Amino acid sequence: MFSYYLKLGWLSIRRNPLLSTLMVVAIAVGIGACMTIITVNYVMSSNPIPQKSDQLFYVQLDSWDPNDYHDEGFEPPDQMTYLDAMALMKAGKAYRQVASNRSALVLEPQGDGERPFSVDTRNTWADFFPMFDLRFIYGSGWDDSADHNLERVVVLSKELNERVFGGEDSVGRSVRLNGMDFQVVGVMDEFLPVPKFYDVTNGAFNEPEELYIPFNIAVEYELPRNGNTNCWKMPDGDGFDAFLNSECAWIQFWAELRSDEEKQEYMDFLTAYTEQQKELGRFPRPLNNRLSDVMEWMESQEVVEDDARVMLGLSLLFLLVCLLNTIGLLLAKFMGKSTDISLRRALGASRSSLFVQHMIESGLIGLGGGVLGLGLAWLGLRGIEMLFGEFIENLVGMDWVMVLSAIGLAIVSALLAGLYPTWRACSIAPASQLKIQ
Amino acid sequence: MEFGPIWRAMMRNKTGAILIALQIAVTMAIMVNAISIMQERGRMMARPSGVDEHNIFSIASVGFAENFNERVTIEEDLAALRAMPGVVNAIQSNSVPLSGGGWSMGLQTEPGENIEGTEVALYFVDEHAIDTFGLNLLAGENFSATDVTWRERSATDWPDKTIITYAMAEALYPDDPDSALGKTVYIADVQPLTITGIIERMQAPWNGWDGVERVMLTPSHTLFGATRYIIRAEPGMRDALMPQVEELLAERNKDRIVRSMRSMDEVRERSYRADSGMIRILTFTIILLIAVTSLGIVGLASFSVNRRTRQIGTRRALGASKVAVLRYFMTENLIISCVGVLLGAALTIGLNMLMIETFSLTRIAWYLVPMAMLLLLIIGQAAVFGPARRASLVPPAVATRTV
Repeated sequence: MFSYYLKLGWLSIRRNPLLSTLMVVAIAVGIGACMTIITVNYVMSSNPIPQKSDQLFYVQLDSWDPNDYHDEGFEPPDQMTYLDAMALMKAGKAYRQVASNRSALVLEPQGDGERPFSVDTRNTWADFFPMFDLRFIYGSGWDDSADHNLERVVVLSKELNERVFGGEDSVGRSVRLNGMDFQVVGVMDEFLPVPKFYDVTNGAFNEPEELYIPFNIAVEYELPRNGNTNCWKMPDGDGFDAFLNSECAWIQFWAELRSDEEKQEYMDFLTAYTEQQKELGRFPRPLNNRLSDVMEWMESQEVVEDDARVMLGLSLLFLLVCLLNTIGLLLAKFMGKSTDISLRRALGASRSSLFVQHMIESGLIGLGGGVLGLGLAWLGLRGIEMLFGEFIENLVGMDWVMVLSAIGLAIVSALLAGLYPTWRACSIAPASQLKIQ
Repeated sequence: MEFGPIWRAMMRNKTGAILIALQIAVTMAIMVNAISIMQERGRMMARPSGVDEHNIFSIASVGFAENFNERVTIEEDLAALRAMPGVVNAIQSNSVPLSGGGWSMGLQTEPGENIEGTEVALYFVDEHAIDTFGLNLLAGENFSATDVTWRERSATDWPDKTIITYAMAEALYPDDPDSALGKTVYIADVQPLTITGIIERMQAPWNGWDGVERVMLTPSHTLFGATRYIIRAEPGMRDALMPQVEELLAERNKDRIVRSMRSMDEVRERSYRADSGMIRILTFTIILLIAVTSLGIVGLASFSVNRRTRQIGTRRALGASKVAVLRYFMTENLIISCVGVLLGAALTIGLNMLMIETFSLTRIAWYLVPMAMLLLLIIGQAAVFGPARRASLVPPAVATRTV
């Protein structure tokens, strides 16, 4: 029966080409607009590290200014001071922990005639690589001893390795950064977390850094920093040491805690640390430390932008307009077939079979709208990419989930739109429309 | 008028009419709120930055070699830049308006640690800044060359003069901003600064900050390792100068790299890219919406004309004129549209209230509602005109044909 109804549906669609085209286009436009915006929202709010996002915790210590309160009350600072980050690293109470910050170094290529260029860099610790499940093409990350012995080691991104070493195995070779030689220990595989969860303070949708060096080296040689730095009180005295010992926050701190017990223990440790610091005259505010797992952290930092959410709302309303449109057109179409329907009823077709037949016809229109809508969504995403440029490049990819949900949404919408017209069509009495002919 | 018969005929088959009315209502709600968002963004983008945008560009210089002498480099670079033909003036600074990255500090009118200061964006400049940025000095005087200090990255002392914007003067002295000149304010809780000049306007590096016009100029060259030169070209010379400047700086000193050369026009474009993108998406959405809605009206009206062909023929045969038939369909649409836009006005305001609450958007301007109502009525009439005209062309003889 199904294929027979499919055929009937197809014939009926072909009988009113204008009306049918209008319906398909209406659904397609609605789905296209919706899916474009839904995709951007979906990618913005996606989980960048699903396999362990509930075991990675962003650590916030409230060391901030007692006088600086905002409408929302006391929020702990979104980054950590050097003093606290080093104390937590030294204590090593978590399964893994990483303090890191952003910088940029100048790389001098070895070949003649090539100009030095600036490379985005992350100053970090050995645990960074296993903690965030980074994969390597060559070599590996460095180990703890490199952090403590101030070894000048470096990990390159795949792209940078291609630029500097032509994609060869560069482990053991050296690169010159800000006038110092560093030894390559590893080359990472593609790494493009969206959002860039480990440092949303400096741009949640930026590209990851291309160069990774030990944090301690960056401090030892006073290498430049270029991430966000916030101070609630000026350092006591001039010089780099005064800055390091100040209340300026510029470090992102992550801890890997594998269970609720570990999390609780770590929280207790942070509380004890805060109490101890209070005795030294720091941490003037009431106790307010936070451990947020990856998705909690994304939410509290409002990674999904308001604009995207406004657009989402508007695009859903847009789909509603398109559906109202489709309901009207389907109703017109089915009512136009009343003679047909009443004839079929008179010849013995039951209401339920007519219902199925018309729902199949609606579904077919939905399928057409969905496929066309997918094409429009693809165009829409390219349009968005064009408008927003590099800021959004990583947000406009559609995966299978999105493709299937686009078609699914289109069919479901069309079926919903078809319900009322179908019900009206089915309630036409048998033979009622035959008389006037 | 046939108002009564049309209404009664519609009531016999109301679903189609209700659907169209609903569609018009939702269309209106989206349209007005989208236009309101566009207006808000437009106003934001129209705010002047206070600098001579079309003639200014900037370029970053990053020292990396161990023997890099930043102070000498800066002095020589500036002398070379200022001597270039076509250059009006040039300075070294830490940032430019709208660029997204910069310094902020707090200023307070009384010294003391437990006082919340007024946040202010800070540009480190020298005595050429007013000329280079093209700022308008309202009162007081420019810095002199002897005021300008050299500042290390983690220095904590401040030169004792500052020039602030009028907006900052208003924030510090809300009762009498004009009295700000010559007053002493405090930076870093206790260090005194004298306000020696007030400029009309200059924007901070952050366009979304609510204090975007609160700016102070500090007379210091910075020795932060990385810096930025800001160059003002003579009108029309900017595009020719940019590559020359890049080449000059890159060749002058090989212990540093130059990068991120951008005109202020480009800085502005990048700064507001999300907003102008939003405006374009919303414009496109409105056009699509209106297209979908009018196609829906055309589709339904054509269909109803087709169905009623025989009825129309009968009316024509009984003496109704072409105009009367045309008027019938036009009036029918007008009634439906009126219901739609009235419902739409309510929906629009409801949606706006929701958006104000959720996204802290602004209220819609009152005139948008009647304008949108009028526009949608006109669109409805235009959409229905085609099918209505076809209806009016149905010959009276049709009445007799199919029976």
